[in-house]
Amino acid sequence: MTQLKTSMTRHNTGTKEQAPVYSKAERKTRNAHLRGRFGLVLYLVLLLLPIYWLINMSFKTNTEILSGLSFVPADFTLANYAKIFGDPTWYMGYVNSIFYVSMNMVISLLVALPAAYAFSRYKFIGDKHMFFWLLSNRMAPPAVFLLPFFQLYSSVGLFDTHIAVALAHCIFTVPLAVWILEGFMSGVPREIDETAYIDGYSFPKFFVRIFIPLIRSGIGVTAFFCFMFSWVELLLARTLTSVEAKPIAAIMTRTVSASGMDWGLLAAAGVLTIIPGMLVIYFVRNHVAKGFALGRV
Amino acid sequence: MQTKVENNKAWFLVMPVFLIVAFSAIIPLMTVVNYSVQDIFDPYTRYFVGTEWFKQVMLDSRLHEALLRQFIYSFTILIIEVPLGICVALMMPTKGRGASLALILVAIPLLIPWNVVGTIWQIFGRADIGLFGAFMSSIGVDYNYASDPTDAWLTVVLMDVWHWTPLVALLCYSGLRAIPEVYYQAARIDQASRWAVFRYIQLPKLTNVLIIGVLLRFMDSFMIYTEPFVLTGGGPGSSTTFLSQSLVQQAIGQFDLGPAAAFSLVYFLIILLVCWVFYTTIMNMQKDK
Repeated sequence: MTQLKTSMTRHNTGTKEQAPVYSKAERKTRNAHLRGRFGLVLYLVLLLLPIYWLINMSFKTNTEILSGLSFVPADFTLANYAKIFGDPTWYMGYVNSIFYVSMNMVISLLVALPAAYAFSRYKFIGDKHMFFWLLSNRMAPPAVFLLPFFQLYSSVGLFDTHIAVALAHCIFTVPLAVWILEGFMSGVPREIDETAYIDGYSFPKFFVRIFIPLIRSGIGVTAFFCFMFSWVELLLARTLTSVEAKPIAAIMTRTVSASGMDWGLLAAAGVLTIIPGMLVIYFVRNHVAKGFALGRV
Repeated sequence: MQTKVENNKAWFLVMPVFLIVAFSAIIPLMTVVNYSVQDIFDPYTRYFVGTEWFKQVMLDSRLHEALLRQFIYSFTILIIEVPLGICVALMMPTKGRGASLALILVAIPLLIPWNVVGTIWQIFGRADIGLFGAFMSSIGVDYNYASDPTDAWLTVVLMDVWHWTPLVALLCYSGLRAIPEVYYQAARIDQASRWAVFRYIQLPKLTNVLIIGVLLRFMDSFMIYTEPFVLTGGGPGSSTTFLSQSLVQQAIGQFDLGPAAAFSLVYFLIILLVCWVFYTTIMNMQKDK
């Protein structure tokens, strides 16, 4: 009853011009609410400040950067970006990165989909051990595998190719993909599978026609996470490439030269690496937390 | 949870994953094992040395220091990131456009390549061109992450908090969203205080996501490499040289393959142990549901 009353008072305050009548408890929650908003805004400002600083800097010339601090570029310039887009050795870094990240995404999804289905639906010899082994690869520090990777891929003639980086990144994206997909697939009732088999669907037909559309959002999130983790990784990508498939992250080190740092260029290159992630997160915003929890929230 | 059908043919579905991960995991791991028991001068001159390297690694004081530094670092960031993440999640709006916007903004640091995270803080922390560095010196703190070990360490911690608190926040946020509205209504009828609501309704529901968050953060911070590498290069001195950093220095920098391989294995075993704890916890959690 009190519940009803308070909600009615809240309604009234919106429509009538009288001084609003708040109960004591309600005033308290309102205050807490405002404090919460304020805290959140403060946190977001602090969070975005370093990024803003990078963007701000990318529009400045080096002389301006070194001459003093300012929140808005006084001498607004696109020269840093022009340099990146005008020089193939620069922009090919982005192309290379996107290329191996996409390859990795496709490979991971193709192999992880059937495996996740097996884990979510069947019991088989060694399933738990297999699952644990996969997870342990997600947790393996890349530094441990650095040198052997280099030698392995050199010996099979894959050094400095996109596929080498894509395969190397599979070591953490595939386990991640299996885990997330398994979480989403377990949410689909088993009765659907059974009904489909009774209706005469073969396994591949059922899987492609019925099951995959059912877990669309899960596949989207998985693809996003494969993309993201492959995109942010630098150590392996840098070690396995030299010229042909060099990722942007490695090219960025070129801004250090004998004459000092080219800060503006470095900032512009950094800003451009943030953009792809921001473009894709919009599509998976509602599921992103589930992905971070490896599919088990 | 539904009961699963027993069917060993499911292995055919798992086979592709097994092959692709085995290629990238088992072969390199065996190479590491191979190196760890040999002394290698060049590809044709190598001697079997047994457990020599392992003894050396276990007694190496530099590695002990790196390990200790690693533990202190991992615990520090956990102590900061977990409460902060919970607070942020509690403050995030739950409905409407504001919710989507907050979600996306909070997630931004997670999508930045790790070396760019290092670069951002490298710029941001400098006293001459960075806002944070300039702010620190304007309030009279003698701050320089490139020369002072304490400042360098604090900057790396700050960078990690900036970078990864969003992960904890997002996890808690999705945990909070899973709480049915009736719980809150019941609390309102009982006139429960804000703290009581948090303590007896929200926190118990957050346990699962918090376990995942803590373990993920612990393990990922345990293999941190790129960000401190870009920011400080492990220095000044060795104040920000964590495990991965010293491993790479040894393997690539000095090309001490044997000791580096032995070190890798010990490192990997530690991770594996933590990982096993993680796995069993999650599996038990699911059983309870």
